Amino acid sequence: MEIFSSFFEKNGLIVAFVAVGIISYVGFLISKYVFKSKIPGAAVSILLGLIVAYFAGLYTGGFKGVADISVFSGMSLLGGSMFRDFAIVSTAMGASFMLIRQTGVAGAVSLVLGTTVSFIGGAVIAILFGYQDAKSIATIGAGACTFIVGPVTGAALQASSDVIALSIATGVVKSILVTISTPLIAPYIGLNNSHTAMIYGGMMGTTSGVSAGLAATDTKLVPYGTLTATFATGMGCLLCPSVFYLIVEKII
Amino acid sequence: MVIYGVSFLGACYILGQLVGEYLAKWIGVKANVGGVGFAMLFLILAHDYFKKRELFSAEAEKGILFWSQMYIPVIVAMSATQNVVVALDSGLIAIIAGVIPVFMCFACIPLLVKLTKSPTID
Repeated sequence: MEIFSSFFEKNGLIVAFVAVGIISYVGFLISKYVFKSKIPGAAVSILLGLIVAYFAGLYTGGFKGVADISVFSGMSLLGGSMFRDFAIVSTAMGASFMLIRQTGVAGAVSLVLGTTVSFIGGAVIAILFGYQDAKSIATIGAGACTFIVGPVTGAALQASSDVIALSIATGVVKSILVTISTPLIAPYIGLNNSHTAMIYGGMMGTTSGVSAGLAATDTKLVPYGTLTATFATGMGCLLCPSVFYLIVEKII
Repeated sequence: MVIYGVSFLGACYILGQLVGEYLAKWIGVKANVGGVGFAMLFLILAHDYFKKRELFSAEAEKGILFWSQMYIPVIVAMSATQNVVVALDSGLIAIIAGVIPVFMCFACIPLLVKLTKSPTID
C-alpha cells in the first residue's frame, strides 16, 4: 500500500491525466445517454469534477478538493493556474484580432459595469444581513467580484478574518454558479458570438467561471470571453479597496 | 517540429504574464492585471505575422492546437480541486451574495450588447 501511494504521488501529473480522462469519459456518457446530448459533455464533466471535489472535501476536510487525497495530489498541478492560463492562451490562436478590436470599447465598458454591479449586489446583501461597518460591507461586495478581489480588498482594509473567509466563499460560489449556469442561460442572452462573449467576460469577471462556462457552451467563444475576464480581477482590486470603499463609507 | 509551437506559445505566455505583473506593480495592485489577456494578444498578433510570411509550419501549429484541446480537461481538473464544501457550507450570505450579482450581471448583458453593437458588424 505504501509503495502504491508513494508511486502515485511521485507520478502525480500522469495520474491526473488518467483521472481527468476517466471523469471526462463518464461525463460524456452521462451527457449522451442521460441528457440526450442536450447538456454538453464538457459541462457534465466539469460538474462531475465539482461533485468529486465536494465529496473529497467532506472526506478530507481540506481546501483543495480531490487534490487533498495524496494519490490525487497531481490534480492541483494540472488544474492549477499555470496549466489553466497556458491552455487558455493557446485557445487564442483561432481568434480574430479584427473582432477583438471592434469590441474593444464595449469590453472595457463591460469591465467597469460588471465590477460595479457585482460590488453593489454583494454590498447590499451584506447590509441586509446586518453588517454595518464599511470595511466588512466593502470586503463582501469585493468578494462578489471574484474570489481574489475579496481577500485582496479585505487585507487592504484590514477587515476581520471571518469576513475575508466569507468574501472568498462568495467568490467561489459565484465562479461555480457562472460555470454551471452559462450554458443554460446562453440562449436567453444571445451568447453565441464573439461580441457578446467579450461583454459577458467583462460583466461576469471570474476568469475560472467564465472560461469553464464558455467551454461548456461553445469552445469558439472561450478566447473572447476570457480575454476581457482576465482584466476583471485587476479592475476589482483597483476599484474596491479605494473608490468603492470610500463611497460605502460616505453612505454608511 | 511540434516543440516550436509549444515553445512559441510558452514565450507568449511568459511575456504576457510578465506585462501583467509589471502593470499591476505600476498601478499599485496586488494581483496580475490581465496577464493572460496580454499573452493572448501577443499570440494572435505574432501568429498572424509569422503565418503571413509562411514562417509557421502546420507541424508547429499542432503544438499549440494540442493545448487548446487540453483546455477542457484542465478545467475539469480545476473544478475537481475547488473548495466546494466551503462554498456550500459558508452559510446563506455567501450563497446569496454569490448568486444575486451573477443574475444582475446576466441581465445587463443584452442591454450592453444592444448599446454597443455597431451596425457594421453581423
